[in-house]
Amino acid sequence: MAVQRFPIELGHIMMFARSVGDPNPIYSDEEYAAGSEIGHVIAPPTFVQAGAQFDPDWPLRPEIGEPWFGSGRNPTGTPRPADGGGGGGGGGMARGLHAEQHFEYHRHLRPGDVLRAETRPGKTWEKEGRRAGKLVFSEMITEYRDQDDELVITARSVGVRTERAPEAAAGAGPEESQ
Amino acid sequence: MTLQASELQVGDEHTEVVVDDLTRTQIVQYSGASGDYNPLHSDEIFATQVAGFPGIFAHGMLTMGLTGKMVTNYVGDGRLRSFGGRFRAQVWPGDTLTARAEIVDIRSDDDGAGVVELRITTTNQDGVEVFTGEATATID
Repeated sequence: MAVQRFPIELGHIMMFARSVGDPNPIYSDEEYAAGSEIGHVIAPPTFVQAGAQFDPDWPLRPEIGEPWFGSGRNPTGTPRPADGGGGGGGGGMARGLHAEQHFEYHRHLRPGDVLRAETRPGKTWEKEGRRAGKLVFSEMITEYRDQDDELVITARSVGVRTERAPEAAAGAGPEESQ
Repeated sequence: MTLQASELQVGDEHTEVVVDDLTRTQIVQYSGASGDYNPLHSDEIFATQVAGFPGIFAHGMLTMGLTGKMVTNYVGDGRLRSFGGRFRAQVWPGDTLTARAEIVDIRSDDDGAGVVELRITTTNQDGVEVFTGEATATID
C-alpha cells in the first residue's frame, strides 16, 4: 500500500467499529472519550487496514469505467488467467493468500490525524506444503506516519503463494485480501 | 477498566463470543468500511462459479478485527502496544467465534512500565482455530 494521504475521520472510525461489531463508545462518542483515560476518540486495533480506501491504485475496489472481476451480467467481468481462480484473488488478481498480520502501535490514532503509508518488502522464505506444493512466504512492512512525520503504526503482513490451488493448501487460511 | 499488575497472574484468561451467527450483511459491512471489496467476500456467484469455493467467506481481517474487540475489552482503551497473528482457517456465514486471551508473561519495560503479554486464540463453533496470535499491552 502506498498512500499519500489517509485522513483519520470520526465517521470512518465509527463505521469500521460497527463492521467489527464493537459498540465501545471510545470509537464514536467524543464526549465519552474526552472523559476517558486517553482523552480522545481512538481507532480499533486493525483500523489502519482501511487505509486501502485512500490508495489510488488499490486493486480490490471497482474503478469507474474499468472491468471488475466480480459478477454482473456474467459470473466475472474479466477473463480468467490460465491458473486463475481459487483464493488467489480470483480473475486476474494474482495475489497471495493473507497468512499473517501484525501491528505495533507507537501511539494511538485520533480523528484529525493525517497519515501517510509506505510499504516495503521484508523477508521471503519457502516451505514445502503437504498438499499445495511449494509455499512461498513474503513479508511486507508498512509504516504509517502522521502529519509530523512521526511513526504511529508499523504493520507487518505475510502473504503466501502456492504452487497448486490454494483451496488445497494445508492449514493456511485462504485469505487473499488485505 | 485498566489491568492492575498486582491482580494478574500468568495463566489468567479472558474469553468472549465475538460474533454469534455471522451474517453475510456484516461481511458486506466490513467490505465497505475497510475498502476490501474482493468479491470473494460478497459475491456468491463469483465465489462459487469462478473461484470454486462453497460460498462467500469472511475477510481474514474481519476475524482479526472481531478478535481485537475481545483484546481491547480486556486490556482497556488505548493500552495496546502490539497485536498480531496468523489466519488459520476460513470463517463462513453462520459461524460463531469465541476469542480467548491468556496471560503468558507479566513484565516491566525499559522505562519501568508494566506490560502484559497475551496469547490469543479464536475458535469457531466446532472448536477449529481460525486465528492465533499475540498481543502486548501496558498495565498499571
